[in-house]
Amino acid sequence: MKDVAVIRTGTANLASVLAGLRRAQCKPVLVDDPKKVTSADYVVLPGVGAFAAIMDQLRSRRLVDAIRERIVEARPTLTICLGLQVLGSRSEESPGTDGIGAFDAHVSRFGTTVRVPQLGWNCIHPASDCQFLTEGYGYFANSYRLTEIPEGWTGAKADYGGSFVAAIERGPILACQFHPELSGKWGASLIERWLGVKREAESC
Amino acid sequence: MLTARIIPCLDCRDGRVVKGINFQGLRDAGCPVELSLNYQDQGADELVLLDVSATPEGRGHQRETVRRVRKELSIPLTCGGGVRVADDAGRLLDAGADKVSVNTAAVVNAELINDLAIRYGSQCTVIAIDAIRHESGGWGVVVKSGRERTGRDVIQWSKEVVERGAGEILLTSWDRDGTRSGYELDLLGAVSQAVTVPVIASGGAANPEHLIDALKAGADAVLAASIFHDGEYTVKSLKAVLRDAGVEVRP
Repeated sequence: MKDVAVIRTGTANLASVLAGLRRAQCKPVLVDDPKKVTSADYVVLPGVGAFAAIMDQLRSRRLVDAIRERIVEARPTLTICLGLQVLGSRSEESPGTDGIGAFDAHVSRFGTTVRVPQLGWNCIHPASDCQFLTEGYGYFANSYRLTEIPEGWTGAKADYGGSFVAAIERGPILACQFHPELSGKWGASLIERWLGVKREAESC
Repeated sequence: MLTARIIPCLDCRDGRVVKGINFQGLRDAGCPVELSLNYQDQGADELVLLDVSATPEGRGHQRETVRRVRKELSIPLTCGGGVRVADDAGRLLDAGADKVSVNTAAVVNAELINDLAIRYGSQCTVIAIDAIRHESGGWGVVVKSGRERTGRDVIQWSKEVVERGAGEILLTSWDRDGTRSGYELDLLGAVSQAVTVPVIASGGAANPEHLIDALKAGADAVLAASIFHDGEYTVKSLKAVLRDAGVEVRP
C-alpha cells in the first residue's frame, strides 16, 4: 500500500480527501514538515477556504519552497481546488498575497452572469495530450478560477459563464479545480490513475 | 455546463433514517449508510443528512453515521441539524461532511454565518430557510420545525445571509413540506432572483414534473426525501424524465 503525504492546510473537508485516498487503496499520512513534503513519494495539497489563509499557513510552516520544488522537479503531486489556485502567482481573492508561483497565472472571480460559488457537477473537456484527465463530470465548489492553462502545462477546461480551467497536468503533477474525491467513480478512477493504478474510466 | 443537482435528503434520528410529515409521526425508513450508497449508485448528485434527534445522544449517533457514510461515499455530503456554534459545524466536517447546513441558530445569532464563512469558507456554509406564506402576501421565516414564527421576511433574510457569507440557500416551503403538491414556485422564483448564490428547492416534491417546475422557476438543485424512500422513483428514473424535458443532468 502506497503512503501518500497529505499536507495539513486546515482545510474544511479534509475527512473527504482522506476517505477518497483510502478508497484508492493508499495510506494517507498528514504532514506539515517541509522535509516530509520534500521526501514523500506522493504528496496531496488539499485546499478549501481563502487564498490568503492557505498561503499564510503554508508560509508559517515553511512549506512554500518545498511544494514549488516538487512541481519544478516533476515529483508526483496532486493539488485540489484552492490547491490549484495557490500554485499560481496571485489571486483577485487576496490582492497583495503571493501564491506559490509555480507558474505565472492570475486567479479571478467568476463573472456576474452565473451564481457564485459554482456548486455542482460540470462537464470537463481535456486536451488530447492529457495522460490523467479524461472527459467526465467533476464536482466543483469554487468562486475563483484560472481562465487559461499555463504555458508548459496541458489540461482540461469547462464552461461556467465562459471557459475556465478545470484541471492542469504536467508529468506526474495533477492540479484539479474540481474535487476528485467527491466526483464519484470518475473522480476515483482519476485518483487511481495519478497513483499509477489502472482502471477503466467513465466518460460523459 | 453546470448540471441541475438531484439531492436525496435523509432525516436521521438516533442512527436511523426516519420519515414523517412536518416531523410529526416519524416512521423508520432504514439504515443511513445503506440508503446513502444506494442513492449514490442511482446517480444522486449530492446527499443531505439532517439530524432530527435533538438530544446529545442523538448528536453522537449522527457523527458516527456521518463517519460511516463518508467512508464509502464519493459524492458531496451536506450535514445539518443541531448546529448551534461554529465548533458544532467543525465536528461534522471532521466526521466527513463537505458542507454544513444551519437553520435556527443562524436566526438566533446571525453572526454565526460570518463565523462559519470565515472559518470554513462560503462554499461550506449552507443556510436552511424554512418559509411560511403570509395570508397578506410574502413569506415569513419559521424555526423550530415550523413551530415558531420569527417575524423575519424570507426575501430580506435571504439577502442578509448571503451578505454574511452563506454560499448556498436550502429553501423549504413549510406549507408544502410533506404535502406532495409540488414545490412552492413563487417562493423559489422570488428567492433565487433576490440572491446570487445557488438555491436548493425543498418541500412538496412527488413527481418528476415537480422537479422540472422548480428548476424552471429558478432553483439550482432539487431536494426530496419521501419520493426516494418510498421507492416510487429512483434518482436514475427521475433524471431520465428530466433529460427528456431538456434539463441537463449528470448521467
